[in-house]
Amino acid sequence: MKLKKILAVLLALVMVLSFAACTKTTGTEDGSNVEASNVDSNNTFEKEGVIKIGGIGPLTGDAALYGNAVKYGAELAVNEINAAGGINGYKVEYKMEDDMHDAEKSVNAYGVLKDWGMQMLMGTVTSVPCTAVSDEAANDNMFLLTPSGSAVECLQAGDTLFRVCFSDPNQGIASADYIANNNVAKKIGIIFNSSDVYSTGIKDKFVEQAATKGLEIVATEAFTNDSATDFTAQLTNIKANGAELVFLPIYTAPASLILQQANTMGFAPIFFGCDGLDGILSVENFDASLAEGVMLLTPFVANATDTATVNFVNGFKALADEKYLNQFAADAYDAIYAIKAAAEKANVTPDMDVAATGDAMKAAMVEISIDGVTGAGITWTADGEPSKEPKAVKIVNGEYVAP
Amino acid sequence: MKFLSQLISGISLGSIYSLIALGYTMVYGIAKMLNFAHGDVIMIGAFVIYTLCVTAGLPTIICVLIAIVFCTLLGVTIERFAYKPLRQATSLAVLITAIGVSYLLQNVALLIFGSDTKSFTSVVTIDPISFAGGELVISGETIVTIIVSVIIMIALVIFVNKSKPGKAMLAVSEDKGAAQLMGINVNGTIALTFAIGSALAAIAGALLCSTYPALSPYTGAMPGIKAFVAAVLGGIGSIPGAMIGGIVLGVIENLSKGYISSQLSDAIVFAVLIVVLLVRPTGIMGKKINEKV
Repeated sequence: MKLKKILAVLLALVMVLSFAACTKTTGTEDGSNVEASNVDSNNTFEKEGVIKIGGIGPLTGDAALYGNAVKYGAELAVNEINAAGGINGYKVEYKMEDDMHDAEKSVNAYGVLKDWGMQMLMGTVTSVPCTAVSDEAANDNMFLLTPSGSAVECLQAGDTLFRVCFSDPNQGIASADYIANNNVAKKIGIIFNSSDVYSTGIKDKFVEQAATKGLEIVATEAFTNDSATDFTAQLTNIKANGAELVFLPIYTAPASLILQQANTMGFAPIFFGCDGLDGILSVENFDASLAEGVMLLTPFVANATDTATVNFVNGFKALADEKYLNQFAADAYDAIYAIKAAAEKANVTPDMDVAATGDAMKAAMVEISIDGVTGAGITWTADGEPSKEPKAVKIVNGEYVAP
Repeated sequence: MKFLSQLISGISLGSIYSLIALGYTMVYGIAKMLNFAHGDVIMIGAFVIYTLCVTAGLPTIICVLIAIVFCTLLGVTIERFAYKPLRQATSLAVLITAIGVSYLLQNVALLIFGSDTKSFTSVVTIDPISFAGGELVISGETIVTIIVSVIIMIALVIFVNKSKPGKAMLAVSEDKGAAQLMGINVNGTIALTFAIGSALAAIAGALLCSTYPALSPYTGAMPGIKAFVAAVLGGIGSIPGAMIGGIVLGVIENLSKGYISSQLSDAIVFAVLIVVLLVRPTGIMGKKINEKV
């Protein structure tokens, strides 16, 4: 009996250690990636010291597509900047922690990054965790630039908070404007996720703007994270009310089910989404023909032919899996370059503490203008919102193209 | 017409709940424990099929058979290592262990398959039937799910009531100690229960993911909980009860989505559970048991 117990403890230990070993390996793999890119350009930095930029986002979990896209987009920008001599002559280090799209884990990750010596934060990726982390960042006067946290609440806690993407109201308003101005449809049904601040934020503004633009909302249907499998009831209602267009301010996983179920029902309206729908073609084993004709609002089209986009796309493909090449990657890429522009304007150095960096950066952010892959001449207001033109794309033959 | 359409999608959803609830009720009825990991065994089954069908390209029927064998072994293994050592422990300890197993399976799947949602290819190749000029559509998956659920229900009832191992299960569920004194292998019988329950989970996984083809490590969790509600609604431990409970629950959920509020449908589903527990704790088909003091 005693032997058995000892054996059990031993086995448990072996298991724990092997798990630890697993995480270790991936850890060093990531680390060595970053180091390798640093070693290449180690000798070219003018000054001693490292500017440490932290990142937080879902690298695993439901929203991992977005987190990994941001991770690689940022890595690409950091590699390029280091190869060109860094920021103000200092080497840049970027480290991203996983939050699994969970607010609590995100705040923990923020703590981990602060221990690491983070000077500014390029994150977090998704809205709910971003709102939680922004409180912490505001307390520390930490400069926070979220690539894709689009909820209004993300930037409300303080004045060192900025974003690259549109805010939700902006997306909702822009979607309604786009639909009305281009005469896409008159009768509109909406399916939104009532347990998600991103989705409800867009929906509310869309409904307001649709009214002023003379669009008729014939049905507004909801689901929650816990009931995100069966949408036939919602689709049946929308179909019965005669909608020509279904507005989907949601993420890809439920959207892929909605498209499939609408197809089974023989219901074929125009589907129109926001940036959350970006990446729907990357859902593994997804039948791309279901997404044919889907329109979505996004500032980034991978097959655009301008030099900035082509360079970004080629660089990205050399660094990471193409499935992560979406708007989130582009937002992150622009975010790092915005940080570079602002840090150079404010003359940020590694020996500045977090609060001083925050003050310098927030003053510089409103003065810079960058030409990025998500828009030309992006500028920022003091409340952290970017100004750039929203654009829509359409899925044709399994590709995103400008309509 | 809209009502009929909503009713049909309710039955479609309900048939999935039924199928999962059969596995829940089977294990609860015999082993008297709530196997909260059931939903996750379903998810594992679906991943096995996904891997074999989509990645390895094997024929569908072989994938499903392998998944059944795999889940059966998995179920027996879980029972042997997680639940059997707790045979004498309090039911609370077993319940917590089941939740632990559930998280273990989810996270193992997360490690192996990653978190991206995968689009499952339906194992059903029957064309949908449409009525009234395409206004009403019953999908092939729904038809198969209902037929499979009914067959499994009948087979289980016959097995439990007529066969020798089935009768042993009934005996074990009534009184483990007495069953053992009568020469019944209690551990073997419980292991057999888990084997059957897990084999059902593999079938449920195939049909759940064919009907709703988004597969992720969390796919089994919520349908598992809803099916548990269905099992309680039908009378937990009762095999026909699970079937009826599942259909009733699916219809309630869909009609409340369609006619009351799509936001409140989950609240309504769980309110039904509370009402059932208050008014008729034994469920629709549950036997009323008078405890003798």
